[in-house]
Amino acid sequence: MATEILMPALSPTMEEGTLAKWLVKEGDTVSSGDILAEIETDKATMEFEAVDEGIVGKILVAEGTEGVKVNTAIAVMVEEGESADDIKEAKPADAQAAPDEPAAAAPAAPVAVVTPAEMDIPEGTEMKPTTVREALRDAMAEEMRANDNVFLMGEEVAEYQGAYKISQGLLDEFGARRVIDTPITEHGFAGIGVGAAFGGLNPIVEFMTFNFAMQAIDHIINSAAKTLYMSGGQMGAPIVFRGPNGAAARVGAQHSHDYASWYSQVPGLKVVMPYSAADAKGLLKTAIRDPNPVIFLENEILYGQSFDVPVMDDYTVPFGKAKIWREGSDVTIVSFGIGMKYALEAADELAKEGISAEVIDLRTLRPLDMPTVIESVKKTNRCVTVEEGFPVCSIGSYLSAQIMTEAFDYLDAPVLNCTGKDVPMPYAANLEKLALTTTKEVMDAVKAVTYR
Amino acid sequence: MAAKKSAKKPNVSKDELLQYYRDMLLIRRFEEKAGQLYGMGLIGGFCHLYIGQEAVVVGLEAAAKEGDKRITSYRDHGHMLACGMDPKGVMAELTGREGGYSKGKGGSMHMFSKEKHFYGGHGIVAAQVPLGAGLAFSDKYKGNDNVTFTYFGDGAANQGQVYEAYNMAELWDLPVVFVIENNQYAMGTSTKRSTKSPSYWERGAAYGIEGEEVDGMDVLKVKEAGEKAVAHCRAGKGPYILEIKTYRYRGHSMSDPAKYRTREEVQKMRDERDAIEQVRDMLLTGKHASEDELKAIDKEIKSVVNEAAEFSKESPEPALDELYTDIYMEAEA
Repeated sequence: MATEILMPALSPTMEEGTLAKWLVKEGDTVSSGDILAEIETDKATMEFEAVDEGIVGKILVAEGTEGVKVNTAIAVMVEEGESADDIKEAKPADAQAAPDEPAAAAPAAPVAVVTPAEMDIPEGTEMKPTTVREALRDAMAEEMRANDNVFLMGEEVAEYQGAYKISQGLLDEFGARRVIDTPITEHGFAGIGVGAAFGGLNPIVEFMTFNFAMQAIDHIINSAAKTLYMSGGQMGAPIVFRGPNGAAARVGAQHSHDYASWYSQVPGLKVVMPYSAADAKGLLKTAIRDPNPVIFLENEILYGQSFDVPVMDDYTVPFGKAKIWREGSDVTIVSFGIGMKYALEAADELAKEGISAEVIDLRTLRPLDMPTVIESVKKTNRCVTVEEGFPVCSIGSYLSAQIMTEAFDYLDAPVLNCTGKDVPMPYAANLEKLALTTTKEVMDAVKAVTYR
Repeated sequence: MAAKKSAKKPNVSKDELLQYYRDMLLIRRFEEKAGQLYGMGLIGGFCHLYIGQEAVVVGLEAAAKEGDKRITSYRDHGHMLACGMDPKGVMAELTGREGGYSKGKGGSMHMFSKEKHFYGGHGIVAAQVPLGAGLAFSDKYKGNDNVTFTYFGDGAANQGQVYEAYNMAELWDLPVVFVIENNQYAMGTSTKRSTKSPSYWERGAAYGIEGEEVDGMDVLKVKEAGEKAVAHCRAGKGPYILEIKTYRYRGHSMSDPAKYRTREEVQKMRDERDAIEQVRDMLLTGKHASEDELKAIDKEIKSVVNEAAEFSKESPEPALDELYTDIYMEAEA
């Protein structure tokens, strides 16, 4: 019976890919394990193997086609004596995606980006669409070109080109002295990184995910964050710890933790959590130059999203300065990192209903730009915070307390926090969606504080 | 007995012997004074004395050159004095005063000296081991021939991160001497009660790291082993492990009831194996120094320590605004 070959999902967050190359042609006989095609995801080029034996009846998607959605039929396999046209009778019964459930949690196309007046970019600067992934790589490459003491170490950063392809090309340009693959030994290499920073270097330590950094957190906090103080100012650790943080898609409880509030609690650390590619680039460059330990929290889902990045020789974004993405008068929505996606989507929807939301991206959590938040709340008199982390002792709860302390008389409603739910991250798709905050929750919260 | 054996033909000059005597005595007298000040309530919190282990740091410092780095645990007073840090600054840190190396903000366990390449003073058992490998990494990266002495105890030697550091240090040929100060007790747990592996240095073999056991009560043997280890590292051959058998006469910290060993055991070490007595014996039997000359040195050391103690009492407590300084380094514009 003729069967369809579907575009495979080759990573937890892949929604589409490029059919880079067909390695078979129509009429070829293939057996299980033969390589049918090369498929390029946003992370890597992967070989796609045949599962069953058969004859390639028809190729439906030509090589070189970009943006082929997962589960699209890309070829038809037939048995001896069959024609590819038989497929019309065959049903794609085993396509896993439930048809009535659009993958709403992470839309395929990035949200239309509203480009507000840019405070860090001179007027008239050329802007170039860039993914967060490329922006991070460019930031590291620029800083490594400028300073020989900057080097990158971590698991799979060199020869593999980065588990999430962030360090793609860096080994080629900078060599094995400065782009260093480590064994799987987070505690050990975090300590070596901090020691190298004590010794006068500027390490960038990549964690494959911040979940694994829990094995290394003693060095991050006890060795890196506290030494400047304990030494009476004699020596500190100019080091950047970076990597994806928080939930990706369907990776379960041990790979989905958001550490924003954990690290933000620690004096001696700086904590950065960018949303856009421009901020990812500008903030990472600032982080690498900073003489203090910096926690740089990235997000796997954002890696592949494109934003305009200014074409400038040396684009940096200062720490401790929030960015107002859109101005508004009815409510202040404060967020950071991927939470901004929900905040901006909600603001768009709310605008249609006549609610004007001001959206603030904190960008850095330590230092935290409280004055910008307070000033906005004094204007709108209402505030909703948005983050993916757990609700207890969240960034939102700290913001709420600060707003209460500094702008109590200006509030017309309690501050509401949209957060991840107080549960370990479930694997099941429906439960995972429920565990994270959503655009709808943000809209509901805004309606609650604006009494609509 | 060992004292007599090495006294036969020590491959060492009179000046060197006198220097070791002086350096070890300074540590012992300093620590005795610190114990006293602790009893008087002038030193607070944790205070881990180095008495009995003096030959380890003095022997290894004799093998070091300018530019070499050192890092250790919380039992760090001896290491600081041996690398030339000022006893006044160390004692004033113990008393939590402005004149201390960390302006009183670090305490006994957390002192540093950029000038003397002393990188702490770490309170988390074994954390200094990967940190030391990282210091060595920085020297290798810069392409100089400096070596990092990374000290840790037999207790720390059971921590996982030690072996993570071993693995990478050998993989990347880092110029680090891993110095296991085996004083036979991890707090109150004897080595026999914490591991069945016969020796700590041999664990390096699993990672391809060479090493050896050293008599830590004999400063000359420590120096000799140190020179060999340092030569190995400087030659670009990667790390080296020295397991130095030593003994701490005092408790783990000042609040140690010492129920885990007998008084007799301690006394026997003091009587038969004391490192300072061995050198003293060598100086006298070799006719390098007279009783009077040694007495003069004792007196001189005592006065250095007394001055340090006086300074540590007179130095004011840190100004209250120091609470909020040294948390972040100013970024360059």
